[in-house]
Amino acid sequence: MFPTPVANASAPTRVAYKVALPISLVVWLLPLIGVMVTSIRPGSDLAMGNYFGVPSSFELGNYLTVFQNTPMGLFIMNSFKVTIPTVIGAVALSCLTGYALATYKFKTNLWLFFMFVAGNFVPFQILMVPVRDLTLKMGLYDTVTGLVLFHVAFQTGFCTLFMRNFIKALPSELIEAARVEGVSELRIFWFVVLPLMRPAIAALSVLIFTFIWNDFFWATVLVQGTHAMPVTGGIISLNGQWVAQWHLVSAGSVVAAMPPVIMFFLMQKHFIAGLTLGATKG
Amino acid sequence: MSEQALAPVSSGNSPKFSGGPTTSGASKTRSSKWIANQRKLAPWLFLAPGVVMFLVYVIAPIGQSLWISLYEWDGIGVKTFISIANYIELIDDEAFYTALYNNVLWLVLYMLAVPAGLLIAIFLNQTVTGIRIYKSLFFFPFVISQIVVGLIFSWFYAPNFGLFTKLLEFMGMEGIAILADERFVTYGIIVAGLWPQIAYCMILYLTGLNNVSPDQIEAARLDGAKGWKMLWYVIIPQLRPATFIAVVVTIIGALRSFDLVSIMTSGGPYGSSRVLSYYMYEQALSEYGFRMGYGAAIAVVLFAIMMVFITLFIVRMLKDEREGY
Repeated sequence: MFPTPVANASAPTRVAYKVALPISLVVWLLPLIGVMVTSIRPGSDLAMGNYFGVPSSFELGNYLTVFQNTPMGLFIMNSFKVTIPTVIGAVALSCLTGYALATYKFKTNLWLFFMFVAGNFVPFQILMVPVRDLTLKMGLYDTVTGLVLFHVAFQTGFCTLFMRNFIKALPSELIEAARVEGVSELRIFWFVVLPLMRPAIAALSVLIFTFIWNDFFWATVLVQGTHAMPVTGGIISLNGQWVAQWHLVSAGSVVAAMPPVIMFFLMQKHFIAGLTLGATKG
Repeated sequence: MSEQALAPVSSGNSPKFSGGPTTSGASKTRSSKWIANQRKLAPWLFLAPGVVMFLVYVIAPIGQSLWISLYEWDGIGVKTFISIANYIELIDDEAFYTALYNNVLWLVLYMLAVPAGLLIAIFLNQTVTGIRIYKSLFFFPFVISQIVVGLIFSWFYAPNFGLFTKLLEFMGMEGIAILADERFVTYGIIVAGLWPQIAYCMILYLTGLNNVSPDQIEAARLDGAKGWKMLWYVIIPQLRPATFIAVVVTIIGALRSFDLVSIMTSGGPYGSSRVLSYYMYEQALSEYGFRMGYGAAIAVVLFAIMMVFITLFIVRMLKDEREGY
């Protein structure tokens, strides 16, 4: 193990390490802690210049205000409406594409794979004008559906890369054996491969959930009004509305950040497995 | 849900497979023909939905953008072909150079996330009680939306009362309104961007460190390698896959920077914190005008820069594939 475990080090080093850990964490998360404290501060504290002291009272009312005076509830709802179908769509499509690219040999296989990989890295701006135009023409501009369709298509790139490499690492004997038995290709996929893909599906679902929830660019490009706006776009408009009302901005930010954070802590193992796929290869 | 749905069906169907060989000879040849064709056809059926979606929404738009960049177009009316006039206009556009320069700055400074992530990973790669919670909390910034990160840092940098200003005053310096100062604004945004990016690199390296071969470390220790020497000659070479991914995601992150610029400064003051992605958006969609053609031309430049890195990445993947990793 590198570095040498502190357990083997001298007593002062061990103590120093245990002291350094929480201090470094507080420094690292300082901006975040500041915002969280601000979100429960009464507005009067800020007016009186009490920015960093102990809040004069715990004002959970800030959160209430955020939900009562703004369409925050609707924004959150929209985010779920965009995120969940995208996760299902992108993961489903990439199970199929990943399986095809991992188990069949045909001439264009590698090129199709590279198409997905390369497309996944393209800057969004090169897609912006045509995708917006296409969405307008389909009558889906300013709708949740229009946003979902694009996200599904784009995320299929990353998901295919992920799924293909995952299936490739599965023992190929399983599939070969099923083929010898004369099992149809569709059944092999459904009954042999798909059950083994559960960890990959879990990992991808959490990752895509976070990516899409946090998307801001496409929300502003493909949605205009409040009725279909996800929370990332929504909070921007609120930020304009609440000039200098940092206790409300903070509470709004905390609310907007919550779902992916909960998702991360619940599914941490899968999240990190997904994110670090390939980091240990070779 | 799929777990429960799958199990009984698969066990219910398995007898059918073994029943296969008892069918008559005639249908057997037909079915083997079908099986042979099926194996050719099946990949295309599996690929069709994903490939079609990807072609329509990702691949075709790249071509369309290249084409639109040769036109003058407000997004609604008639397109007028103006050949490379948009690109020629770019050459004399000072705002374009500012954005390009800022993109280079992003690329270079964003790379700090890689060594910084490695350092934090080394710091946290211990087995003390509670270390897992520390690791997840250190990773925290990456999970939060960039929009929220932007808001957090706007607050952090706020003149008069921001935490950053207070820290400066505490150290006896004068507070600076980072986001309102042309000299510092881009650096200020990059620092905000580094926060989640370092967390990302850290998690890649933590996984990498977990898989470093203990034998090699022991062997190197016996040879007297310690500290930095050990890190440089023994550990870092073994972390190459993690480094590769960290570099790739950091480059992409730097070139994709849009959210932070948008939320923290809207490209200001006086356009000094614009990056290409934001400038493109401004030209094509925001209140500054609906110049789709000009915007597309900026996007093409950004795409060309990205393409250099994408190509390098694909070449390396191709090498891996050929070696059959």
